[in-house]
Amino acid sequence: MRTIGIILQKEFRQIFRNKTMLPIIFVIPFVQLLILVNAATMDMKHIKLILVDHDLSSLSRQLSEKFIYSPFFTLVGSEFSEQESEKKMLKNEADLIVLFPEGFERKLYQEGLSTLQLQVDAINGMTAGLINAYSSQIISGFNQEILESSGKNTLMNQASGDVKIEYSFWYNQELKFKYYMVPGILVILLTLVGMFLAALNLVREKELGTIEQINVTPIQKHEFIIGKLIPFWVIALFELAFGLFLGKLLFDIPIEGSLFLLFAFAAVYLIAALGLGLLISTLSNTQQQTMFLNFFFLITCVLMSGIFTPAESMPHWAQEMNVINPLAYFMRVIRMILLKGSGFSDIRSDFLAISVYAVTAIALATWRYRKIS
Amino acid sequence: MKAFLGFIGKEFIHIFRDFRTLIILFGLPVVQILIFGYVIRNEIQDVRIAILDNSKDPITRDITNRLLASGFFQLDENIQSPESVEAIFRKGRIRDVVIFEDRFAEKLEREGTASMQILADASDPNSAKMIVAYTQGIVSSYLSELKRNSKLPMIIEPRVRMMYNADLKSAFMFVPGTMAMVLMLVSAMMTSISIVREKETGTMEAILVSPLRPIQIIAGKVTPYILLSCINAVVILLMGYFIFKLPIRGSILLLFGETILFISVALSLGIMISTVSSSQQVAMFISAIGLMLPTLLLSGFIFPIENMPRVLQWLCNILPPKYFISAIRGIMLKGTSLAEVWEETLVLVLMLVLFISISAARFKVRLQ
Repeated sequence: MRTIGIILQKEFRQIFRNKTMLPIIFVIPFVQLLILVNAATMDMKHIKLILVDHDLSSLSRQLSEKFIYSPFFTLVGSEFSEQESEKKMLKNEADLIVLFPEGFERKLYQEGLSTLQLQVDAINGMTAGLINAYSSQIISGFNQEILESSGKNTLMNQASGDVKIEYSFWYNQELKFKYYMVPGILVILLTLVGMFLAALNLVREKELGTIEQINVTPIQKHEFIIGKLIPFWVIALFELAFGLFLGKLLFDIPIEGSLFLLFAFAAVYLIAALGLGLLISTLSNTQQQTMFLNFFFLITCVLMSGIFTPAESMPHWAQEMNVINPLAYFMRVIRMILLKGSGFSDIRSDFLAISVYAVTAIALATWRYRKIS
Repeated sequence: MKAFLGFIGKEFIHIFRDFRTLIILFGLPVVQILIFGYVIRNEIQDVRIAILDNSKDPITRDITNRLLASGFFQLDENIQSPESVEAIFRKGRIRDVVIFEDRFAEKLEREGTASMQILADASDPNSAKMIVAYTQGIVSSYLSELKRNSKLPMIIEPRVRMMYNADLKSAFMFVPGTMAMVLMLVSAMMTSISIVREKETGTMEAILVSPLRPIQIIAGKVTPYILLSCINAVVILLMGYFIFKLPIRGSILLLFGETILFISVALSLGIMISTVSSSQQVAMFISAIGLMLPTLLLSGFIFPIENMPRVLQWLCNILPPKYFISAIRGIMLKGTSLAEVWEETLVLVLMLVLFISISAARFKVRLQ
């Protein structure tokens, strides 16, 4: 125990002696939260819309207005030819083309069914899905209006069989994408700072050769690993607190659940993540290798964890692979605790899994660390 | 010339000696493309829902069946009272609860109207939006079918055409982006680190006193990475073409031209970074914050630039990846020609000239 205390003393002294360290600790959270949260947004506000109206009837005009006055669309032009509008889409000047064919109004009143064409620039499938969802919502709302007014006019069927659909969005009524992103970015922040710093620190000792001096001392393998882990564990937990504070201050993110539970989970999670980082650095010889291995590991895990697409829509094999992805657990849990106020009983199985993970990671790192080079 | 070739040979030995880094350099693009192609899905699918149906009549059953047959939803449990919704959402498995009011069919028939509720867990706002829109769509198309028998339905139906990417494959979006990222990683980051390492370990001095001229030193440093980058670019394009059936609608020649141009820009950036950084860690730090982060986030790779605040849009405009991604996306997927992408090309050429002149001015023949 005393040995660990002395290693810790050495580590902290080295960390705070390094002048680039403090900026990294304080600047990275700022940069990440400010740039990432603002850049990573799916709040579609300015969908570039082009109207092609071959009908020029009052019906087509009414529906056009619904599109124009919707907060999601910005009208960038009205065209008469389809070629012209498609050319604009080719040049990225339009995201959506709404095309009313000739006889649009007449068909509705005579045949009861009329079609209009939506052309979506679908290269980004994610935004295309949203554009489609927004448009169909506008159109089905319009359908409802027509039905109601025609029912009154014709008096034909009072009992026309109308279903009122109400919907409500829980936990995030205004559908703010930031509420979704901030917790996710906090996960990346913790992992990035903790894992990279710990891994680079250990391998630097290797590169500089100072690890030899430690190897000849009676320090036990596990004592060394623990001594390397604790300082960055403390720093990463501090980053979580700092990041949460910034998130509350800058974006007013909701904190519904218990902070104590969040920090408890983060503490266990970090042992797993840092253990993995140390394992990577016991496997590599230079800082460059560590850097690339870590980068590879991190980017794969982040993408698989469901940072910006729901993990449920992934194929089953990918969901099963997420069992060994520590980020997937924390990504899920931090959103549950912060946004929904989930309690311990809701995340019990995740807690258990991440605890097993932490023990395994530390054991592996200790086992791989060799006192002889 | 012989000395120059010898120098290039030495660089290759350096690279091939570090087997682990090499594996990552070639493994990273492959894994990334596979993840983006197979794992990241834009559509919602198999969303777990709960249904509260105390009415249990033919119509609610029909609607339920429609919902479950659509492929978007799968039934997780039937609940009895609205009070349990809160607890269900907190557990996190179920994202959507559909509630039918009591005596649904009866009301629909007698009073002409019945109501249902869709409660969506909007902690993931995009999925929630899609869940609600799809549920509404399914219910209203069911209702219009019901009514079609009795009278004029009066329905406007949208026909949606997904241009350039009919199946909404995510690979269409990510192959160009991954290419930009990997080229940045290999060309800019590796180059800068490898030059700075020579400075750090002191071997740069040995090279500087050799008869090689500075331009030859830089060219020799850069040549192996040009080769690696080209191999990576070709691998990514082939994977996109054969695995994800990504079309190459425009001219291949133009595509390669743009790629080479971007590689040159990235290399000149790498050289520039190496002239300003004193240690490997600084070079890594500048590359990671200054290059990798913007390539991932400020380039339109994943998140559309138009949605960002104005300040970040300006930032996107002064960084090269945006132009490269926009150009090759157009060439590959829309079949645009040089006439439509000349602006992007020109900007990249100007950036190349700028970075090269800055590095040339800052490159020092002597060490401090």
